Amino acid sequence: MEQSEPTAPLLEMTAIGKTFPGVLALQDASLRVGRGEVHALIGQNGAGKSTLIKILTGAYRRDSGTVRFAGQVVDFQSPQQAQAGGVSTIYQEVNLVPFRSVSENIFLGREPRRWGLIDWRRMNREAAAILDRFGIHLDVTQPLLTLNVAIQQMVAVARAVSFDSKLVVMDEPTSSLDEQEVATLFTVIRQLKAEGVSVVFVSHRLDELYAVCDRVTIMRDGRTVAERAMGEIGKLELVALMLGKDLSVVQRSGTTAFADGVHHAAAELIRADDLRQGRRLQGASVQVRAGEIVGLAGLLGAGRTEVARALFGADAVDSGEVRLDGKPVHFKSPRDAIRAGIGFCSEDRKTEGIIPYMSVRENLTLAVLPTLARRGIIARDKQQALVDQFVQRLGIKTSGPDQPVRELSGGNQQKVLLARWLCMNPRLLLVDEPTRGIDVGAKGEIQALINELADAGLGVLMISSELEELTEGCDRVVVLREGRTVAEFPHATVSQGAIMAAMAHGSESAPVEAVHG
Amino acid sequence: MAKADRTLSPAGRLPMPARFQALGQTYGAALALLALIIYNIGFTPFFLNPATVNSNLTQVAPVVIVAVGMTLVIATGGIDLSVGALMAVAGALAPLIFLNTLLPSDYPFIGIGLALIVPVLVAGAFGLFNGSLVAYFKIQPIIATLVLFIAGRGIAQVVTNGRLQNFTNPGFQYIGIGRPFGLPFQVILMVVIVAALAWAMRATTFGRYVLAVGGNEAAARLAGVPVTRIKLAVYGISGLLAGLAGLIAIAINASSDANSVGLDMELDAIASVAVGGTPLTGGRATVIGTLIGALIIQLIRYTLLAHGIPDAVARIVKAAIILAAVYIQRQRRA
Repeated sequence: MEQSEPTAPLLEMTAIGKTFPGVLALQDASLRVGRGEVHALIGQNGAGKSTLIKILTGAYRRDSGTVRFAGQVVDFQSPQQAQAGGVSTIYQEVNLVPFRSVSENIFLGREPRRWGLIDWRRMNREAAAILDRFGIHLDVTQPLLTLNVAIQQMVAVARAVSFDSKLVVMDEPTSSLDEQEVATLFTVIRQLKAEGVSVVFVSHRLDELYAVCDRVTIMRDGRTVAERAMGEIGKLELVALMLGKDLSVVQRSGTTAFADGVHHAAAELIRADDLRQGRRLQGASVQVRAGEIVGLAGLLGAGRTEVARALFGADAVDSGEVRLDGKPVHFKSPRDAIRAGIGFCSEDRKTEGIIPYMSVRENLTLAVLPTLARRGIIARDKQQALVDQFVQRLGIKTSGPDQPVRELSGGNQQKVLLARWLCMNPRLLLVDEPTRGIDVGAKGEIQALINELADAGLGVLMISSELEELTEGCDRVVVLREGRTVAEFPHATVSQGAIMAAMAHGSESAPVEAVHG
Repeated sequence: MAKADRTLSPAGRLPMPARFQALGQTYGAALALLALIIYNIGFTPFFLNPATVNSNLTQVAPVVIVAVGMTLVIATGGIDLSVGALMAVAGALAPLIFLNTLLPSDYPFIGIGLALIVPVLVAGAFGLFNGSLVAYFKIQPIIATLVLFIAGRGIAQVVTNGRLQNFTNPGFQYIGIGRPFGLPFQVILMVVIVAALAWAMRATTFGRYVLAVGGNEAAARLAGVPVTRIKLAVYGISGLLAGLAGLIAIAINASSDANSVGLDMELDAIASVAVGGTPLTGGRATVIGTLIGALIIQLIRYTLLAHGIPDAVARIVKAAIILAAVYIQRQRRA
């Protein structure tokens, strides 16, 4: 292979733009991948990674920009075309046919034929040969579903290779794998590299990127903000670029509507110790006192949402203890947690928040309904009074309580969801990215509201990816990294740099004043 | 985005065409029913004759009773294929009870009472079985209820040894042929059930929860809705109502044939729900709409037969009209 003079890169996507109705998804995004290079693609939620990959693989059409692949300008119309052109994609959730054999999956759609019938012997032989190249020896006639997820992914890789792919895109391939399986996948990636196949690798686990990738492209807000060699960029710089922070400038206040100051934290409300759940949580601990806002920081996949869901009884944990008012509790369902006075405003409004066809009134009162009803009959006047009160208090813009909630803007939907929990007068509110994807005005209103509620004695655990929200709004910030609590900063000493350092390195190697919780 | 524009329009009012559409969506089925009635008053002899009215209502009552239960199931995003078979189960059990073959008793009225209650409860229990397959074992509703769709009629045939049971029992048959205030008893029953469930869907926690589960199950669970219990409940209610309809069916015929009681009922019920304007995707439901949907289908059939069109052809026309009704509603929503 040509080692010396770097020839034209295998893939060159330049100035890619893409708009969805009402959303500018990509704006001047680019991606360059060299031949035989393992290239990391990283960015926060909504940075545009998936959109860029889908444009590359033909699932979406771009609005502007050019894609050059293997020296030619290409315009893939569908994933099938991209595959035929040499670009294969392996998704997080394996999308093969579970009940068919390994070899059938590898050759699906282009089975070797003889006299018009499938040449089984040849198919099995060739499938086994491909897998052998990656050091995987198994019975290729067994159904795919009898194999573990990692091996299924290897089969997906084998399928991609059998297409003579020049580029394999792996979209968060490791998120459902255990450590040993990740190691196997890395062996395969290195084998691909040795054969001159390029890989685009999307992952949120920084350590994995350093273990296997040569170069990295960092995206933010629909743009490509940096492209570096993996060896030349530190984790901290990587995180800073992802979040869009300049390491030298650390802003202290004035960008959010949170009051810069400490609330009067009272008695301990809830405390979770050493929560463990598969590979997602590996020793997460957090505590919230009445009347304080605790920020939960971490990169995507660090286990922040998992902690909130565990506290709320939405998911079971393998081990760990949750104490409410000092007494151990085991919530079997969100219903139990709600009875204990806990509310959970989930991150994804559409899939876990609103009931789209129900009215503002019904959405707002859904959680509080049992206390509004007598013998199961809803007291309409009480319900209406409560709805009026919260529509006014939160300034929800709606044509009336009968309007279906799906017709509201994102910010107003978020207010309805906050009101759903506030109207039951909770003691503890878990909020997951409360200001994501809503306009600036509504954002400030919601921040001010959370602040006011904490002043009134509510305990708040706030998951946020915005460092300003964490440094300005929170009395304490707990940082998670790969499912583990790695640092905790009181308001007085917290800084964006310290949070980023903890996200990047964990507390052990972080050159900051990390306080262990 | 169209949705955003809607919110921003002054006073939150929908633009004129959209309001027209919304109106049609709400009252489309009712208008169609009205048109059918007016047409028949004009062109079908004896249409308003009490005997004709009663016969139409009597025929539609079991369908409505089953379809109302189906509406609740569909509102949660499910479907219940077993209702026809559960009608056969209830229809097979009742004569065994009041004919003293199953539970010998010296007091006939006790037998009649039990014959009215036990089969309905048994059908309800089968409904709970459906519900538990869906709620606990996460089996898709269409498959879960297919189990009893197949097995239910078999059970009915086994308990009756496949024999036709003929009977004359005025006490029991009151449920099918009674005429309090000159109105067929089952029609009164139908009206009461429709009114009760229409009210329950609006005014009770249960009704809100049913719509929440169908509208967004993940969100409902996080909001504290007892999703599992709600699913059990709707399939249980669907079973109870199917059992009741089964009793009415055999009471009218004065005989119970496990092969034919409730045959094709699941399809009529689903069609009524769909024509009535309840989308099969769940999250929205109209009990009154289902009543109207069932009446439309009944009247179409009646109108065609009254005008001498053979039943075979009438079936084709009926299917075409169902397709048209559902298609129009689909368009309006898009």
